[in-house]
Amino acid sequence: MAFEGLSAKLQKVIQDITGRGRLSEADIKLAMREVRMALLEADVNFTVVRSLVKKITDRACGQEILQSLTPGQQVVKIVNEELVELMGSTHSALVYSSRTPSVILLCGLQGAGKTTIAGKLALYLKKRHNKRPLLAACDVYRPAAIRQLQVVGERVGVPVFEQGQGDPVAIAKAAVAYGASHGQDVVIVDTAGRLHIDDALMNELQNIKGAVQPAEILLVVDAMTGQDAVNVAETFNNRLDITGVMLTKLDGDTRGGAALSVKAVTGKPIKFSGTGEKSEDFEPFHPERMASRILGMGDVLTLIEKAQANLDEEKAQKLSQKMKEQKFDLEDFADQFKQMRSMGGVGALLKMLPGAGKLNIDESQIDEKEIFRMEAIIGSMTPAERRTPNILNAGRRRRIARGAGVQVQDVNRLIKQFDQARAMMKQFSGKGMKKFARGGKFPF
Amino acid sequence: MEETTKKGLWNRLRDSMKKTRDTLGGRIDDLVKYYREIDDEFFEELEAILIAADVGGELSAQLVESVRQQVRQQKIGDASRIRQLLKEEMQSQMRPGDPPAYAGQSVVLVVGVNGVGKTTTAGKLAAAVKADGRSVLLAAADTFRAAAVEQLKVWGQRAGVDVISQDAGSDPAAVVFDAVRAAKARGVDVLICDTAGRLHNKVNLMNELSKIRRIVEREYPDAHKETFLVLDATTGQNAVAQAKTFAEACDVTGIILTKLDGTAKGGVVLAISAQLGVPVRYIGVGEALDDLQEFDERAFVDAMFDQ
Ligand SMILES: Nc1nc2c(ncn2[C@@H]2O[C@H](COP(=O)(O)OP(=O)(O)OP(=O)(O)O)[C@@H](O)[C@H]2O)c(=O)[nH]1
Ligand SMILES: [Mg+2]
Repeated sequence: MAFEGLSAKLQKVIQDITGRGRLSEADIKLAMREVRMALLEADVNFTVVRSLVKKITDRACGQEILQSLTPGQQVVKIVNEELVELMGSTHSALVYSSRTPSVILLCGLQGAGKTTIAGKLALYLKKRHNKRPLLAACDVYRPAAIRQLQVVGERVGVPVFEQGQGDPVAIAKAAVAYGASHGQDVVIVDTAGRLHIDDALMNELQNIKGAVQPAEILLVVDAMTGQDAVNVAETFNNRLDITGVMLTKLDGDTRGGAALSVKAVTGKPIKFSGTGEKSEDFEPFHPERMASRILGMGDVLTLIEKAQANLDEEKAQKLSQKMKEQKFDLEDFADQFKQMRSMGGVGALLKMLPGAGKLNIDESQIDEKEIFRMEAIIGSMTPAERRTPNILNAGRRRRIARGAGVQVQDVNRLIKQFDQARAMMKQFSGKGMKKFARGGKFPF
Repeated sequence: MEETTKKGLWNRLRDSMKKTRDTLGGRIDDLVKYYREIDDEFFEELEAILIAADVGGELSAQLVESVRQQVRQQKIGDASRIRQLLKEEMQSQMRPGDPPAYAGQSVVLVVGVNGVGKTTTAGKLAAAVKADGRSVLLAAADTFRAAAVEQLKVWGQRAGVDVISQDAGSDPAAVVFDAVRAAKARGVDVLICDTAGRLHNKVNLMNELSKIRRIVEREYPDAHKETFLVLDATTGQNAVAQAKTFAEACDVTGIILTKLDGTAKGGVVLAISAQLGVPVRYIGVGEALDDLQEFDERAFVDAMFDQ
């Protein structure tokens, strides 16, 4: 099923609505349907979605959005903020115990990827944290699981402790003792995959925990997990009081909503993620990136930045007021350039102006380098010159040209363009707007 | 005789899916008890129940909408009839297919993403086919994952089936080539090839699968071919993308849904069945040799509902 990015969908819904003016609460409800569907198709648990959508609706229905000139982007921004907050906003590091070796116990469902990520974690600790890890083979059930861990250990150059198909609790204990007497400062315990409803095997994990007192108990979760992720995470957490989560198979194309569900029901941080089949494909978890991934928007970050730049709406309001009163000066002109650059075009800026949203402006007409040059020219003026451009005589223009490293003609052209812009603004505030829209060329 | 095995399977399926029933059928019953009347809120709750079973946001909305329409058209006022309506809607989403024909010589490829249960299923399937009185050979074409060959060999022993293998790291296509030769030479009925787990968005790995498929085609044109995609019932909506991409790369003829012994509902196969029309063939309900069952879409949906 093709998954259109939420960003694109929201933009469309809201664009349709804003044709009629500002957003109403009913409009926001409609937009929230898209948000809800996107989160569900991303496998975020439906109860988590329910409370999230409620929160987002409340915020979106507040002043914030209804007053906004760019409601579509504001909604996206709120959704993203709420996701990031739920996800935990910073990376959380591993905790070590005061006595060595520190024990890290791994647990999870069958096929989640425990053994593979055990090897990756060992390599990471060895390389990045100068640790001397030991891998302990406590999956005594799955055929060839011990052999698999041995191969993985060999690959990353980390010793593996095993005692065949014995009692996992005894093996874990022996591994820690072995680690202590052989100078290994971290013991990573790989356990068999198990269903959270398998009482006997869940007991076994509790017994391992009791025997080795782990500093970290990490639940390994497949990023592709569906709605059941909450039941799994909740049960493992209730039984073991896990300290964190590792998310695997993030190199797939899943939106990974399970990450959000797991975080929401356990409150425990996601610490690392597995991003490929190689031992090096392992990294600290980035909550913000995960948020945009769940939303299905590769471009969400740029969009948010734009939205934030646009937040200077107040300025825009003032500007349009100045235009109406024809008090627009070179300082405002320079301001516009700055905004233009942060928003990627004159068109975007113009669309922020009330009533100018539907103007058909060809943004490609504006040359970026030209904008920089204009900014430099205005930057070389004195405040008095910017506020009252009439005083710019030949002598002043020569000085400004020298200061900005341009020709006098360039300064002249800028001033001419400023005059044109000011003339045009008269039309903006008056009836001449339609004519301009059809007439074409923006004077810059 | 036929009847009793059918009945036995049916009971076991129901038992193994008890959790599912408790949440899906059970919750619908609770809903019906709570809401005597059918209103918008009722339908919203109904949709939530489907979503919780991984049926997916869009398909759930669609299913509820058609139930809503029928309620309106037939002027149904009694909430207790909803259960039957929904069940019928869901059953109509599942595409039944002809059961796999292992008549004559067959080659079965077992494919899927990492950790879904391919190797285990290959072992179980070998045992099932053998129990059916046919000769079987296993091929260890996962030469990539650590100890994958050893793992399949254990399953081969359990099922009493020979395993054709090469050293770890060798070309999987070469293993399949060897295995096809061996199957022909020995006059084996069914050759089952385990393959390495691969994420469907890795183009080179998917190409490798297409190549294996071509080699089977070229080396064994007369054989009947099946490609079974193994899906983990715990997987959410990404399973749809998996099914699509694998179908393109290697002509998937059936789906095997594993780990239904957990609390996951596997509702995503409804969406897959509806969209791609690929039938589900078997389900995995545990880690033992005989924890593989033939799939019956009516029984599957029934098991989701009935107590
Ligand atoms: N509970 C349960 N576990 C299963 C089922 N099928 C497989 N498993 C378990 O899932 C885990 C992964 O199974 P494998 O057969 O190794 O999966 P795979 O797809 O071959 O894995 P890779 O080759 O690593 O991609 C093992 O621990 C199996 O015992 C099932 O139906 N139910
Ligand atoms: Mg395998």
